[in-house]
Amino acid sequence: MTSQDRVPMVQLLNPEGEYGVPSAYAEYGKYIEALKEEDFLKFYRDMARMRRFDYEATALQRQGQLGLWIPAIGQEAAQIGSGYAVGHNDHIFPSYREHGVAITHGIDLMSILKMLRGVNHGGWNPDETRFHLYAIVLATQTLHATGYAMGVKFDGKVGNGDLENDLAVITYIGDGATAEGEASESFLFAATNKVPLVYFIQNNQYAISSPVATQTTVPLFQRGAGFGVPGIRIDGNDVLASYAVTKKHMDDAREGAGPHLIEALTYRMGAHTSSDDPTKYRSKEEEEYWKARDPLSRLEKFLRRQGINQSFFDECEAAGEELSAYVRSETFALGNPPIENMFKHVYSEAHPLIEEQLAWLEGYEASFENAPEQGGVA
Amino acid sequence: MSQIAYFNLPDVGEGLTEAEIVTWKVSVGDTVSVNQIIVEIETAKSLVELPVPFAGVVSELLAKEGDTVEVGKPIIAVKVAGTVGAVSTATSAIKIIDESEAAAAAADTAATVSEISTPAKTPNLVGYGVMEGSHGGSRRRRGPIAPTAPAVTAAAVAAAATHLPPANPATELHNTVVIASSEKVIAKPPIRKLARDLGVDITKLSGSGIAGEILREDVVNGATQASVFRNLSTPEAPKTSEERIPVKGVRKAIATAMVQSAFTAPHVSIFVDVDATRTMEYVKRLKASTDFAGVKVTPLLIMAKAMIWAVRRNPMVNSTWTDEEIIVHNFVNFGIAAATPRGLIVPNIKNAHEMSMLELAEAIQQLAATARDGKTTPADMKDGTITITNIGVFGVDTGTPILNPGEVGIVALGSIRPKPWVVNNEIQIRQVTTIGATFDHRVVDGDVASRFVQDVASVMEEPALLLD
Repeated sequence: MTSQDRVPMVQLLNPEGEYGVPSAYAEYGKYIEALKEEDFLKFYRDMARMRRFDYEATALQRQGQLGLWIPAIGQEAAQIGSGYAVGHNDHIFPSYREHGVAITHGIDLMSILKMLRGVNHGGWNPDETRFHLYAIVLATQTLHATGYAMGVKFDGKVGNGDLENDLAVITYIGDGATAEGEASESFLFAATNKVPLVYFIQNNQYAISSPVATQTTVPLFQRGAGFGVPGIRIDGNDVLASYAVTKKHMDDAREGAGPHLIEALTYRMGAHTSSDDPTKYRSKEEEEYWKARDPLSRLEKFLRRQGINQSFFDECEAAGEELSAYVRSETFALGNPPIENMFKHVYSEAHPLIEEQLAWLEGYEASFENAPEQGGVA
Repeated sequence: MSQIAYFNLPDVGEGLTEAEIVTWKVSVGDTVSVNQIIVEIETAKSLVELPVPFAGVVSELLAKEGDTVEVGKPIIAVKVAGTVGAVSTATSAIKIIDESEAAAAAADTAATVSEISTPAKTPNLVGYGVMEGSHGGSRRRRGPIAPTAPAVTAAAVAAAATHLPPANPATELHNTVVIASSEKVIAKPPIRKLARDLGVDITKLSGSGIAGEILREDVVNGATQASVFRNLSTPEAPKTSEERIPVKGVRKAIATAMVQSAFTAPHVSIFVDVDATRTMEYVKRLKASTDFAGVKVTPLLIMAKAMIWAVRRNPMVNSTWTDEEIIVHNFVNFGIAAATPRGLIVPNIKNAHEMSMLELAEAIQQLAATARDGKTTPADMKDGTITITNIGVFGVDTGTPILNPGEVGIVALGSIRPKPWVVNNEIQIRQVTTIGATFDHRVVDGDVASRFVQDVASVMEEPALLLD
């Protein structure tokens, strides 16, 4: 599509669903060879789950049930593959579109819908899930991740060959967010401190409506190089490349190799958010080009080649129906949260001003209970 | 048992208030499944397809193609076999009723739909008229006062109205906060100093800024005119001939509500009594001056000059409403209502804002002579921007002038006569008049109207202000 597309990238599964490890990327082959059939099925199941969830959430937004929806259709391979490559101690600092990575870490999908309805601020416990809260402000998560990884290093939990205790950190960032100052600051600190951190850039081609070509003249996988963060480009619509390359660099980081950057070339098949209209800035032809590279159908072709039969795909379909029905009924029934939630986490300890504000608001709300209809102020 | 489920137009963007129905994809009697696309709408941002939240049979389409529908209004009714299941009332996106109530509800719904553009359901923004008190649910938060709050003065409301978008309960809430607890004052040091300088008790003000912050204009509005003028500068006359402000959002809502409030033209009139003694003295001095020899000098001239000056300070009163936009004229074609044998006509003085007192006096004299002779041309009456009517010449104290079509402001000068007036706690005989003014409420709100009339009144009280 653009000059950037001529840059070689790691691809283990081509758009026809054929698996092969090019000699240049031989080092990644072993991660796929270690997988069992159940792992491939798991990838597909969760990618299908992610897509179905996305469709349902989009409909819920259009039905007035969510304030906003942030679609990730087309990015399933990048997210599910890399999500499963994260080790059992590792920490994840997502952006706001990582619903697939959330799935790989057992996040209750209703938590995400609640956030986009304005009912909570995420709602999951990052200590337990190791999947941190969504960062709405672009690229801030790269600094959180760098800081966390520096802490890991200070704690000496890197490079001991101790898989029980060593850990690495991964942060997800979009192509648009690489232009934020935070991203550059993060690269510098990650490199100079040689922290166990992997940057996973999902280059979905657009920063809302601005195409990548207007945001950078150098391919994004090279963005960290000057800071001392080497990078590699992968086919982000290839779940196996996403898994294998992330796995290798997370392992390396955990073992003390320092930060690394992965640029996953993918495509946001939907809108930036439910408030966006992509037909205003991109062509049908371009969408068709990427449709032919759909990550989900690519994996399906692969699985069918492996002899997986229809009943598996039917099961996935049925599971999708079930998930849809579940999130629909749960979302329709969501009430408003107690107003004290708004004040709860402003400070870690009790704070007199916050308490005063809460008391005032409670009084204000209560005043409606018995008040006659006032009908305006004059 | 079956239920009738209503799907209300959702806000599909972030903060949209309305959308146009472009194409219905279903008709009454069609069977629909969950998430089936039923309609294409156009919002301010884009074309959007809406999926229906229920499965069932379409029993009614509540808006026509081409209709603009407010967010939250029902657009389709679906007869659902069985029940829909638990639906929270936290959003206004859906309404479910049992079929047995359907007939009554249908009538209700029809009423709701027909009310889409009636003022009864729109927030009362400006402190005029009465708001219907029968709406419920989430509507109740628009414009509430906590029971403990003291009465709010109309002036405070009018001042607040300019800063309050109608559909933002949070902002209103802030205002209520300040009204309810006036002890804590949020104001920047320069504003506190301004209040001190103007002799304004800052704790008595209601702030119109974020979180109730007291703003410069709150202080100014709270000060007496005389003290204000020492501290305010009149802006430079703009270089461009006009400024175009798109008509949308709050402005559009105000306009819609106001149009239907009184007759079809939403007139609002205000009156102020003023001590015009100094104007009369000024007129006397001008008459005696050699520069004005042979030129007719009247209180109307001073008033005209005062209005032109006040327009510069309150440009909205000198504008034109076109439904799509408000054209704010940065020039003044000054209309003067003239009673002639052929009836009332309103010729205007073109570019009156560029005229000196003498030029204006000559122009008024010329205009009056032409009108009296019946020689006023259509061009003379075209493109007026604001008008004065001198009903005082008929011996009338004041009146409610009617706007000259195409304009949004008109001022009536009543008779000026000796009356008792309180000066320094003593009753004195002063030359008193009443200024009456009418504005098109689609464009001019109470605060701007009041400020404008106060400005005019200030000049009548102290013509020396024209030297500023």
